[in-house]
Amino acid sequence: MTECLTKSKKVLTKGNYAIANAAVIAGCECYFGYPITPQSEIGEFMSGKMQELKRAYVSAESELASINMVLGACSTGAKAMTSSSSCAVSLMQEALSYAASDELPIVLVSVMRGGPGLGNIYPSQGDYNQATIGGGDGDYKMIVLAPSTVQECVDLTYRAFYLAHKYKNPTILLADGLLGQMMEPVEFGEYPYPEVDNSSWALSGAKNRPARVIRSYAPSADDQCEFLKKLHAKYKLIEEKETDWEEINTEDADIILVSFGSPARNAKSAMKECRKMGLKVGMLRPITLSPFPSKRIAELAQTAKKFISVEINMGQMIRDIKLAVNGKVPVELLNRPVGNPPSVEEIIERIKKESEV
Amino acid sequence: MTTLTQTFKIPESIKKGSKFSFCPGCDHGVAVRLVAEVLDELGLRENTIAVASIGCSVTLYDFLEVDSLEAPHGRALAEATGIKRARPDKFVFTYQGDGDFASIGMAESMHCALRGENVTAICINNTTYGMTGGQLGPTTLLGQVTTTSPKGRNVEYYGYPIKIAEHMALCDGTAYSARVSLDTVPNIRKAKAAIKKAFEIQLKGLGFSFVEILATCPTNWKKTPQKAHDRVREEMMPIFKPGIYKDITANN
Repeated sequence: MTECLTKSKKVLTKGNYAIANAAVIAGCECYFGYPITPQSEIGEFMSGKMQELKRAYVSAESELASINMVLGACSTGAKAMTSSSSCAVSLMQEALSYAASDELPIVLVSVMRGGPGLGNIYPSQGDYNQATIGGGDGDYKMIVLAPSTVQECVDLTYRAFYLAHKYKNPTILLADGLLGQMMEPVEFGEYPYPEVDNSSWALSGAKNRPARVIRSYAPSADDQCEFLKKLHAKYKLIEEKETDWEEINTEDADIILVSFGSPARNAKSAMKECRKMGLKVGMLRPITLSPFPSKRIAELAQTAKKFISVEINMGQMIRDIKLAVNGKVPVELLNRPVGNPPSVEEIIERIKKESEV
Repeated sequence: MTTLTQTFKIPESIKKGSKFSFCPGCDHGVAVRLVAEVLDELGLRENTIAVASIGCSVTLYDFLEVDSLEAPHGRALAEATGIKRARPDKFVFTYQGDGDFASIGMAESMHCALRGENVTAICINNTTYGMTGGQLGPTTLLGQVTTTSPKGRNVEYYGYPIKIAEHMALCDGTAYSARVSLDTVPNIRKAKAAIKKAFEIQLKGLGFSFVEILATCPTNWKKTPQKAHDRVREEMMPIFKPGIYKDITANN
């Protein structure tokens, strides 16, 4: 698959190819990558397409190198990305911390597999914490977008490039092995966002202006205090402007399912079935995991009687839901440690059980 | 009436009003100045993106009036690769220590050379981790006492020091690899010529170019500047022999 998928027609494609093709349409100038299942199709697609378009492509020697190549390219204002998965994203944590401090617009596609350690290649959401809290040093935040359909793999890849550059902040598209491998009809269309002007900060050679330095090293404690305050003011702005979620049937809901990514698909089906049975069930699907829709969940906690977090891990997002609900109502977990999401039937059964209590 | 001509001045590529913060007798200042002189002479300052690394070399951007990116420890040549691939028209070089280049960054350094990236790396070899207080590094000589080899480097515990310039010369993508020193004026002139050659090779688009600079660390060696330069000559040069190990333009 090295042909650029058409922009106009609806086509049937895999999540990984959808992401790669969307990145090309978004104007990604540089791709640097190292293979790992279940996202290897992204690098395979890019190796052919980027060369055909005379854009930059490097088969990097490691994920340490690939993410740092992205940092280098982004320091010039270029749109650049890498893609990887779980145990290899672990290797990138140092660079993500640097990118946050350097305020570089890097885009990382993380297609989650089972962990910890080598784990396995089955779908997982075990890297929710890794993405939203971060594994690098220091007080930083990344923007994390979570697609739930292959169409959203396209739409949120576009948004990832836009937000990364708009806010000069590392941005993760957090998919999972199921989304990466499943096929669905998608439309690519055109890149829907304006181009961000990077000329005020990008490295381009100190011609007719003072030299610019992109650095994270702040020898004085006072400088670092000021810098962190400024950085966190940016995070606050991102939270106010960019927090996004999908919400269905929550107005009168007694039970609200909260789920992101591929399990949200089954959660939605289960919610619809339960509505047919007369159960007052609603659903909230975070589209941005960072910033998390905490404010909205706190509002819903005023009327809902219970929340159920549906995840493919041992319960990670549930912590953010609990923080938002702040003890007002119970928050339960319906999880699968790794592999396919909880089934529709399983979710319905759980909703019925929780409704009886 | 006699007209006086200024023959020695601060290079344009040195930041105005900056003062080197290196220890007395440290060769970093000389190396940075040579880089600045060559940038001036080749007219590169306004088109350059430098990559600073971690260690004493991190302060490069305090002294050079060129656009700079600070790379994480060891990753300078990955950053340089990203910059050059994104903007092939820019002049890109890294300035690294031996620990950054040949220990924590060995994979990035070697693969950058193997790919033949059209960038230049300057590596300061002072046989120790200077900024952290003089620990054993990849180029610490056998027998050398450091804070983490209190009885001297032995093979049993520490293995052998790496001869960086020779290894880089073996990579097919390397167009130029040289080792120079800064212990005497003639050697400083040779060092400048090597840096200039390496930069010219990048300008011609011939591939990876590399200059290893033998340098002093008087503070951690606990020597006077003079004795430190004696050590460069007497202890380092016999193992790390200065010379040009590869120059694909040599026969032309």
